[in-house]
Amino acid sequence: MNRITALFLEKKTQNLNIYFTAGFPKINDTKLVLKSLQEGGADLVEIGMPYSDPVADGETIQQANQVALDNGMTVKLLFEQLAGIREEGITVPILLMGYVNPVLQFGVEAFCQKCQEVGVDGLILPDMPASVYEEEYKAIFDKYGILNIFLITPQTSESRIRHIDEISHGFIYMVSSASTTGAKSGISDVQEEYFERVNAMNLTNPRLIGFGISDNETFKKASSHSAGAIIGSAFIKMLSTSTDLDGDTKAFVKMVKGQ
Amino acid sequence: MIAPEIYNVNEKGYYGQFGGAFIPEMLYPNVEELRVSYLSIMAEPSFKEEFEALLKDYVGRPTPLFLAKRLSEKYNTTIYLKREDLCHTGAHKVNNTIGQILMAKRLGKHKIVAETGAGQHGVATATVCALMGLECIVYMGEIDIQRQAPNVARMKMLGAKVVPATSGSKTLKDATNEAMRHWINNPVDTHYIIGSVVGPHPYPDMVARFQSVISEEIKWQLKEKTGKTNPDYVIACVGGGSNAAGAFYHFLHDEETKLIAAEAAGHGISSGLSAATTFLGKPGVLHGSRSILMQTEDGQVVEPHSISAGLDYPGIGPMHAHLFESKRATFFDVTDDEAIESAMELSLLEGIIPALESSHALAVLPKLGAKPDEVVVINLSGRGDKDLETYQKYIK
Ligand SMILES: Cc1ncc(COP(=O)(O)O)c(C=O)c1O
Repeated sequence: MNRITALFLEKKTQNLNIYFTAGFPKINDTKLVLKSLQEGGADLVEIGMPYSDPVADGETIQQANQVALDNGMTVKLLFEQLAGIREEGITVPILLMGYVNPVLQFGVEAFCQKCQEVGVDGLILPDMPASVYEEEYKAIFDKYGILNIFLITPQTSESRIRHIDEISHGFIYMVSSASTTGAKSGISDVQEEYFERVNAMNLTNPRLIGFGISDNETFKKASSHSAGAIIGSAFIKMLSTSTDLDGDTKAFVKMVKGQ
Repeated sequence: MIAPEIYNVNEKGYYGQFGGAFIPEMLYPNVEELRVSYLSIMAEPSFKEEFEALLKDYVGRPTPLFLAKRLSEKYNTTIYLKREDLCHTGAHKVNNTIGQILMAKRLGKHKIVAETGAGQHGVATATVCALMGLECIVYMGEIDIQRQAPNVARMKMLGAKVVPATSGSKTLKDATNEAMRHWINNPVDTHYIIGSVVGPHPYPDMVARFQSVISEEIKWQLKEKTGKTNPDYVIACVGGGSNAAGAFYHFLHDEETKLIAAEAAGHGISSGLSAATTFLGKPGVLHGSRSILMQTEDGQVVEPHSISAGLDYPGIGPMHAHLFESKRATFFDVTDDEAIESAMELSLLEGIIPALESSHALAVLPKLGAKPDEVVVINLSGRGDKDLETYQKYIK
């Protein structure tokens, strides 16, 4: 069974998904950070494929993308770095997050095949429209057992949320506010109302809440309305000043989880 | 029977394999709202009336179609210039911003965000925002802010806030990224006025329709002057491609008129410093649509180069990608030096100082091989006031 699907069958709440950019801060840090996140207790890991024009991302993740690209990071190299991780004891569900163009240039089928080969479980491609996925790529994703994770926002209509729920497997990425990543921090009452409005819809897929989550307080608050939360910018900020990636990463996960 | 090639957008938002709406979910409600309503709003009699009245009394349309006698003599053919440089604010860009500001008002938006390269679109946006009393934010690459200083001052005088884009190549591509991010962060009250036929569907089609007044006028003006509506050639420069889309629009299915697109080759297409997308690009997705894109093997967008800020963009609109692929349009690469030379030539022969962008269209003339009995229309998309600092370095 897909590791993401398996996780949510077993663990319905307090799931922590942490995002980091591949090849950041140094080109060969990808596996180290991944391993430390697992050992620290992250429930899912989202590895960012750096892109030159990340329009959905705020300054922190943009800069991490640029550093990684300057380091020489590529999609091809990422698959090389991830080769063998499942044999080496990495069991945490892994998502790749990125923009659609590098995936198209790699070739969607070749990309999904590589994901299956190295043990990637799902993809988040924010600029790939649901309609294009359904018409052109779903069959390929299914063939290689790769889940595609869709986003919803406070502005997403009820009928569209229902449609996204129908075509989703794994979980739905519930963006807490209409913004780019790292733009806002904290969770307001208005946002909590939105989480509850979605909860009341009785969707088949669990939700993870992302954007604005940075610490134990926001993680707990988000988790009280969903199956867990996603942290990106706050973790990247920590990484960019860390002198002990392994220790600091584990401490970060424990801080967020309140352990 | 083979169906005739269709060059307009189809109902799904595609031109052949190009187009679509590759946008994050955060932008979906805004783009969808526009998609379902743009055609019906544009068809409303009150919209048409207001749009046409402003084009006439505010922009100064119709712009003249001018027989350039000395230029024609030099190239031994008949050359007409479509004088978009005489539009209020100095370029064709205002045709689109007038249309989009009226659209924004009907959609109930109070704030406007835009990107700009040369600053012409930024000025045209700031202008219509002042006219309508809407708040205006313009993103502009840091490098472009330096090389197009007069336009920055104009935008500020018109009440717009100009925000430098400091990421990537610090030019038009990055200003567009920032404008999109701004829209993501302000989805409810803000309309994004894109300045070219790029972006997610329906932008390329909407902008092309607003600019199509250019070719509509060329047809009747040419008929008045020559007795025929269709020239042998229409030439326009392509950054994103809005002036070209407007100049080509009503000729798309008149195959006797050859469509010629001039792309900025910078220092030359094999120099590594170029913005000639069809020569150097491959199909890919940027700024919300699938088109042709300058990119690395890994799918990273390549930073382009052109002396002309308005053409310094690594993509082209999806309509042009389709015109290229279907061979309906012919693309020429024009270097910085060739553009400068053509700007000097037009100034001396006709007393018209063209924008650097438009100079790229003029620079096709020596390579075109037009015959003495043929008629060439060049879309003179803008005037050169904003480029004087650059031109000054070349005046002998
Ligand atoms: C005078 C002029 N022509 C052409 C362009 C290029 O844009 P497009 O290709 O959309 O016409 C610009 C852009 O700034 C411009 O100012």
